Amino acid sequence: MSPTAIPSTVESATPAVKEKSAKPDLRFKRLDITMKRHQYQPDALIEVLHVAQEAFGFLEEDVLDYVAHGLKLPLSKVYGVATFYHLFSLKPSGAHTCVVCMGTACYVKGGDKVLEKLQEELGIELGETTPDGKVSLMAARCLGACGIAPAVVFDGTVGGKLTPEEAVAKVKIWAGES
Amino acid sequence: MDLQELREIAREEKARQKPVRVHCCTSTGCRAADAMGIYGNLQAAVKEHHLEDRVEVIGVGCMGFCGRGPLVQIDPDDLLYEEVVPDQATSIIEAMNGGTAQPILGDSQHPFFARQTRVVREYSGKIDPERIEEYIAVGGYESLHKAIYEMTPAAVVEQISKSGLRGRGGGGYPTGLKWATVAKMPGDQKYIICNGDEGDPGAFMDRSILESDPHLVLEGMAIAGYAVGANHGYIYVRAEYPLAIARLQKGIQQAKKYGLLGSQIFDSPFDFKIDIRIGAGAFVCGEETALIQSIEGGRGNPVPRPPYPAEKGLYECPTLINNVETLANITAIIRNGADWYASIGTENSKGTKIFALTGKIRNNGLIEVPMGITLREIVEDMGGGVPDGEVKAVQTGGPSGGCIPKSMLDTPVDYDSLRQVGSMMGSGGMVVMDDSTSMVGIAQFYMEFCRGETCGKCVPCRTGTVQLYAMLSKILKRQATRDDLAKMEALCEMVRDTSLCGLGQTAPNPVLSTLKYFREEYEALLVEPEYLNGQAALHGVSA
Repeated sequence: MSPTAIPSTVESATPAVKEKSAKPDLRFKRLDITMKRHQYQPDALIEVLHVAQEAFGFLEEDVLDYVAHGLKLPLSKVYGVATFYHLFSLKPSGAHTCVVCMGTACYVKGGDKVLEKLQEELGIELGETTPDGKVSLMAARCLGACGIAPAVVFDGTVGGKLTPEEAVAKVKIWAGES
Repeated sequence: MDLQELREIAREEKARQKPVRVHCCTSTGCRAADAMGIYGNLQAAVKEHHLEDRVEVIGVGCMGFCGRGPLVQIDPDDLLYEEVVPDQATSIIEAMNGGTAQPILGDSQHPFFARQTRVVREYSGKIDPERIEEYIAVGGYESLHKAIYEMTPAAVVEQISKSGLRGRGGGGYPTGLKWATVAKMPGDQKYIICNGDEGDPGAFMDRSILESDPHLVLEGMAIAGYAVGANHGYIYVRAEYPLAIARLQKGIQQAKKYGLLGSQIFDSPFDFKIDIRIGAGAFVCGEETALIQSIEGGRGNPVPRPPYPAEKGLYECPTLINNVETLANITAIIRNGADWYASIGTENSKGTKIFALTGKIRNNGLIEVPMGITLREIVEDMGGGVPDGEVKAVQTGGPSGGCIPKSMLDTPVDYDSLRQVGSMMGSGGMVVMDDSTSMVGIAQFYMEFCRGETCGKCVPCRTGTVQLYAMLSKILKRQATRDDLAKMEALCEMVRDTSLCGLGQTAPNPVLSTLKYFREEYEALLVEPEYLNGQAALHGVSA
């Protein structure tokens, strides 16, 4: 079965997806290509979800459904895997992400204080996104950049040896963007 | 490809290399401090000063001294520049023509470097990890050729057994024994898995090996495949290590192009292909049965052993799972022989081990030391001690290990000694703590980690870690009594004895070891029951 043959589930998705579905949604095309490359084997599930997460930013129910159909897996299994791993998110994240490393080396060198200050400044807890949708605050178990602890990843760029104030300054630049 | 052709590539590469090689670290740590900017500026400066005939700038992997990065090292003079910023690049090149270099000139003979024995990290920071030719020029893939053409699979297994190599991922299981078990299993389809799911917070040696010398691991996997009769390998890498993944992908492509991976390697009947599997953020996937579930596309839930993966692993086939560092030792053992390897280290722990020396320590970074070196030598001589204050404890083994107090710094670092003092080797994280670190806080920190990372399959681990975390929090909030402490200790033992996999069995270790050596810190936080009753009455709650 070709996964492109099941448009019904796709079109019943959120308005954002609906608007785009007037034209073929390239993001679903990316999923098709990935699944085809893996010959629709069920063990490619995590690989496909990685691509989906990257393309969509998070895993909506219709995306999970689409993958389940494509790989001929029950939706429950796809949902189970998507919720098991930390890197898959079922909620949209902010325009910018700030990931604070909470590995041991960073913790011993004050990573917890960096996190506290960021929480205070942004007014959100760990794992939340600011109400304006600008910044998501997350924690990583360990980035393996212990030599430059404490480390924070700002939109994919690792910053090292940060003081709480420096970390806040970086985030404030985003807040100032319109 | 045959041996002649391989050596021809090596010869050509050596002829191509310029007499002066400027090594610029381009690994994750240094990249965070704009190492790529430095790399670009160095190249531009070489061009500007028309030194292209004599000098080349190479982006290399980790040199180890991450705390002083970004690093630039120049051979053959062995000059080491520390904490370089991009603007200083020009002055480094100008110094070759008699100018003065601006950046801090480090000491490449510092004990941090001089006390190391480099087996795995021999060429880390010396070669460009993105060019297979550089790896071949330093003797790369000759071990694979030697194994295929000069040794039988059984002889390879025997060499590994004789070398005394033990698993570097933490458990310390004899590698040769594991190989022999898989080799003995019947069946045509077997798998090799390289476990690169380095989840231990505070450890980054696997990332460094994969980023700095990816072919070392690929070659080790191919030799393992030949020895146990497997023709398909998987490398499971954490998604948190994008640079390692990119370099592995490039490495596999290059090796395939030269016929060093794929079908009929070195024109022999031996085929071996390697695929990469990327993790999705789950600490438990470092456990071998969970890792197999994850490669098969499922939730990373461990399954009871036996059957061990060696008998029934990936897709129900016999599977050899080794850690990155273990596999990185293989080529050296095949090249130099088991006796040479066994001459390094202690009686029961052979060879070297890479440690990630981090935390409150003057010189932090990666060190490769012979087994049996004492913690004191590592922390005080190589690490230079704690910047302001005194060492209080050294944590080894991550969330599965324990804290070793200052009084036991003379403990030799090997599998058995560390276990005896209530910690473990683990994957090699070594976090130094000073007086400002609360040991109860550290125990809570690790329990928070285990609480979040438990897969939820077995009850002792799933609920035990949650309860232990709550109890530790209660102690830290000064709301716990002596009774609570006793209950917590009992629960620690229960979780340790009844959990299904290594995660749960070792989760109480940080609590137990801090209780053993720093009990007074716990006791100082305890309160009398009367006090709690008084507090409750104050807030109008009946106790």
